[in-house]
Amino acid sequence: MSAKRVSYFEASARARVAALVDPGSFTEFCPPAQRRTSPHLAQLDAPVAFDDGVVVGAATVDGKPVLIAAQEGQFNGGAVGEVHGAKIRGLLERAARERPAAVLLLVDSGGVRLHEANAGLIAISEIMRALMAAQAAGVPVFALVGGACGAFGGMGIVTRLCDEVIMSEEGRLGLSGPEVIETVKGVGEFDSRDRSLVWRVTGGKLRRGLGEATRLVDDDASAFRAAAVAALTHHRNAPADLASLKAAQAALTERRATHPDTRDGLEVWRTLGLAQPEAVPMLASDEFNRQLDALATEV
Amino acid sequence: MERFEITLDARPAGAARRSTLCGVVASGNLEVLVELGQDPAACTVEVSTSADGFRDIWEAVLADFAERHPAGGLRISINDAGATPAVVSLRLAQAFEDSAGGAA
Repeated sequence: MSAKRVSYFEASARARVAALVDPGSFTEFCPPAQRRTSPHLAQLDAPVAFDDGVVVGAATVDGKPVLIAAQEGQFNGGAVGEVHGAKIRGLLERAARERPAAVLLLVDSGGVRLHEANAGLIAISEIMRALMAAQAAGVPVFALVGGACGAFGGMGIVTRLCDEVIMSEEGRLGLSGPEVIETVKGVGEFDSRDRSLVWRVTGGKLRRGLGEATRLVDDDASAFRAAAVAALTHHRNAPADLASLKAAQAALTERRATHPDTRDGLEVWRTLGLAQPEAVPMLASDEFNRQLDALATEV
Repeated sequence: MERFEITLDARPAGAARRSTLCGVVASGNLEVLVELGQDPAACTVEVSTSADGFRDIWEAVLADFAERHPAGGLRISINDAGATPAVVSLRLAQAFEDSAGGAA
């Protein structure tokens, strides 16, 4: 191992794609030169991006063909506008036709782009439908979450539809973001400036502990790649038929009973039986995974 | 938003160049798209910036770029979200360097 560690958190969408796929294997669809920019942002006289904040294309990972989308969190918070959403939807529809080994969604998004209102909302629902159609065609979809914007709003739901969710502790997953909750319900409900609390409630370790994330990795692009490679070999399947959906629903009901009135990740660690709950946030992912796996085998 | 296009006299880029995109449209940052143009002795630059009223400074920064780099034959397109002149210079240099990267 001689290569310098590349922080997935800090990398741009294009740098993430480059670090994940086999060198030289990436072909971009709708590349920047085609200038498929947002008509809505132009109408509002706001800056546009040539790729509308998402990179989509085909590549190989460990020699296996994949389709891949990477959201750029720095452009409007990775938010989904009409063009941005259409690119992801088109990629997933292509997956249903071409049947690659998997689709990788590199999610880094606050959700719908509010400038585009209904067009963004419709785009999200189209992505969800296309994602499930790809899964129904036998193509697994993996979400990778480790950017500054995390996976929130509609993209939080899209992430939870995926077969595998690969996260770092730095990545966050939720529906309403911390600032939204504080704005609506007050600081007593959730203090969005308490960064430690924000990560204990939305971060990768909690999501992994609750089973929403399937793999927890360090903030390292090569660790994300290794997890994607492993998932290509063996992956969980999202609930697809009625029986498995009912089982998932029952598991969620049971979870609510196991963790009643929980307001902090620390309480979850304690309930799960981790020896030192307060030490969990600083654990390296390997050690955290080891402790979690040890608990699973005890039961 | 302010939009304008500038054509600069520039030494021919010569060696094989490829299309490339550098940077991200984020506050204080910009993206620079490099493509191949028609005239090997000129570099065209299309600027779209969120900061109105700075065309003079853009022209100075771009002239400086054309002086430092053989950018002739390149067509450059910029989406800017309020980057400082230093950031613009660095991003242009990065995009120029990247456009020489291999035959891909």
